[in-house]
Amino acid sequence: MHLQSRRARALLYQVLLVSLLVALSFWLFNNTLTNLRARGIQSGFDFLFDTAGFDIGESMISYDSTQAYSQAFLVGLLNTLRVSVLGILICTVWGGLLGLGRVSHNALARGLCYGYTELFRNIPLLLQLFMWYVLLVEFMPDTDAPLHLNDWLFLSKGGLTLPWLIHADGAWIWDVPVWRIVEGVGEVAGGASVTPEFLALTWGLSLYTAAFVAELVRAGITAVPLGQTEAAKSVGLSAWQTQRLVVLPQAMRVVIPPLTNQYLNLIKNSSLAVAIGYPDLVNISNTALNQTGRAVECIAIVMAVYLTLSLLTAALMNVYNRRMALRAR
Amino acid sequence: MANHTANHPWISARPAPALNRTLWQWCHTHLWPTPGQAVVSALLLLALLWWLPTALNWALWRAVWQADADSCQALRGVGACWGVVSEKYRLILLGRYPFEAQWRPVVATLALVAALVLSCLPIFWRRNLALLWLAVWLLFFGLMGGGSWWGVPTGLSRVPSDQWGGLPLTLMLATLAISWAFPLGVLLALGRQSTLPALRSVCVGYIELVRGVPLISVLFMASFMFPLLLPSGTSPDVLMRVLVGITLFSAAYTAEIVRGGLQAVPLGQVEAAATLGLSYWQTQRWVVLPQALTHVVPGLMNNFIAIFKDTSLVTIVSLYELSGALGLAISGDPNWRPFKIEGYLFITLIYFVFCFALSRYSLWVERQLVHR
Repeated sequence: MHLQSRRARALLYQVLLVSLLVALSFWLFNNTLTNLRARGIQSGFDFLFDTAGFDIGESMISYDSTQAYSQAFLVGLLNTLRVSVLGILICTVWGGLLGLGRVSHNALARGLCYGYTELFRNIPLLLQLFMWYVLLVEFMPDTDAPLHLNDWLFLSKGGLTLPWLIHADGAWIWDVPVWRIVEGVGEVAGGASVTPEFLALTWGLSLYTAAFVAELVRAGITAVPLGQTEAAKSVGLSAWQTQRLVVLPQAMRVVIPPLTNQYLNLIKNSSLAVAIGYPDLVNISNTALNQTGRAVECIAIVMAVYLTLSLLTAALMNVYNRRMALRAR
Repeated sequence: MANHTANHPWISARPAPALNRTLWQWCHTHLWPTPGQAVVSALLLLALLWWLPTALNWALWRAVWQADADSCQALRGVGACWGVVSEKYRLILLGRYPFEAQWRPVVATLALVAALVLSCLPIFWRRNLALLWLAVWLLFFGLMGGGSWWGVPTGLSRVPSDQWGGLPLTLMLATLAISWAFPLGVLLALGRQSTLPALRSVCVGYIELVRGVPLISVLFMASFMFPLLLPSGTSPDVLMRVLVGITLFSAAYTAEIVRGGLQAVPLGQVEAAATLGLSYWQTQRWVVLPQALTHVVPGLMNNFIAIFKDTSLVTIVSLYELSGALGLAISGDPNWRPFKIEGYLFITLIYFVFCFALSRYSLWVERQLVHR
């Protein structure tokens, strides 16, 4: 085998590439060790079991500052998941409606939906989040005089309070918030409260992603040939039946793969929480990084978690996609 | 055979559809074709009529335009305070750049924008464009940085890059990130399509890894981890590190878009090129890439817009691009802090103008390529 042969050259290139990469990683690793030693920073994941020592504004599980860093990271992960799941639900519904509006026969609806998508797609998400957050914490009334809807939904600088299902005495009941006056000061009692940070993040993420979802839905519907609609009409299906039984199932095939990407984007974009102070995974890891100085470990944890979340979501959507896909004989 | 037409007389011809339709007819087909649609239209129109005057009142008629914090405060919630922009526009647009030297970033930005506009016009798509860009970047960094570059004095005072900010920083980050991420993305896409298994797995691994993590974590890596990864004392300044971070991140997305185009080029094209005796690189350069990239112009343009918007994230690692500079201008000033939303709307407008222009331009380029 001499160097002129195609296989020999291919082998040579690959050996070169791999040795180059190995050398590069070794060099980077070595530099990191030297730098860490020079700065007197310890490395390793043992810090996860130390006391965190910082409080977290909102948490779905019990947490206080005497607990370990690992618990704090878990709180952050759950907060990320909470925003992501809710955001995905809202952006799907809202984006779907906007997408239908974009192909509507009604010129006014079409124009408004077009304006919405162009406006929200062309402004950085970070700016939108900042603006929603400022609107919520500066333009809403104070907590002692909240905006309220039917006396069961309260919105103020302190956030949103809404009725919530709770488990009490062996049954699920609605815990409805009430307005009451204690020692001359009004306050909202009961129900479930969400912070303005959570509200701004979920709201901003959903409205932003919905603009992209709308474009996908529109593209999906336009991809279904007009003949399909005409055929459905000629066999006597109603307008709604045509959409539900003929157009949407075919449009979904086109929409699902890029929709998965938008869901993944939403999950990754939820990391912008750090800019408005919502305690998501990145925010917690940032605090931990500043306290312990273990940059490599904290960033590695964040990246590993997001990678896992991305792969899981992609796998779930693939299962769904396979069920919707065209079945050839 | 019975006379067919006797039982089924011909349907008389319908009149041709009217071409110059009246406004009323247009409304009839587009606003109230059915009673249901009429109700929808009426509701939307009512919402618009209710909302538009409020919005216009706030943004225009009742707004305060001069930099007067007291009259802004008096009209808070009723009229917008654009005075915050007239008062702080230099800080918002140019960040912490030394006040007396601010003509330098202004000239640098104008040169950059002019070069960007020229590059968008097909008559300038020739080899000399690279020379133009070289000149523009020399001018840009010479003006922004001052001091001396590689021993050549510029005759201007030195301004370290941590004092750069605002629009020049945003435009520079976006333009450089796009122009570095594009070639890197093309190489990654070619690597992913390669027949060499080691090269392919490296490229797939890189692309999937980067696409699985948020940009913020890459930026944190750039600002906290890069200094650890390189030998001490050799780490470049934070601006360069962040630029490398954005480039490495965006290249993975560019690669996936280019891969879509590569897959759309028929295998026969590559085989034909091989028959003519073209080498691998000649095949890619003259046969595959021109076709592949033409296919994915819309995707690439969307990618560029995304990179442009993503540069706003560098404010999180304490670089004062537009949104960072706004925080710098307003957060510390109790007189103007209540009018932050107007400041945000101002930079929103800047971003919107650039992104919307890019997306319109993308549609235009697409048409040009189809007609070729």
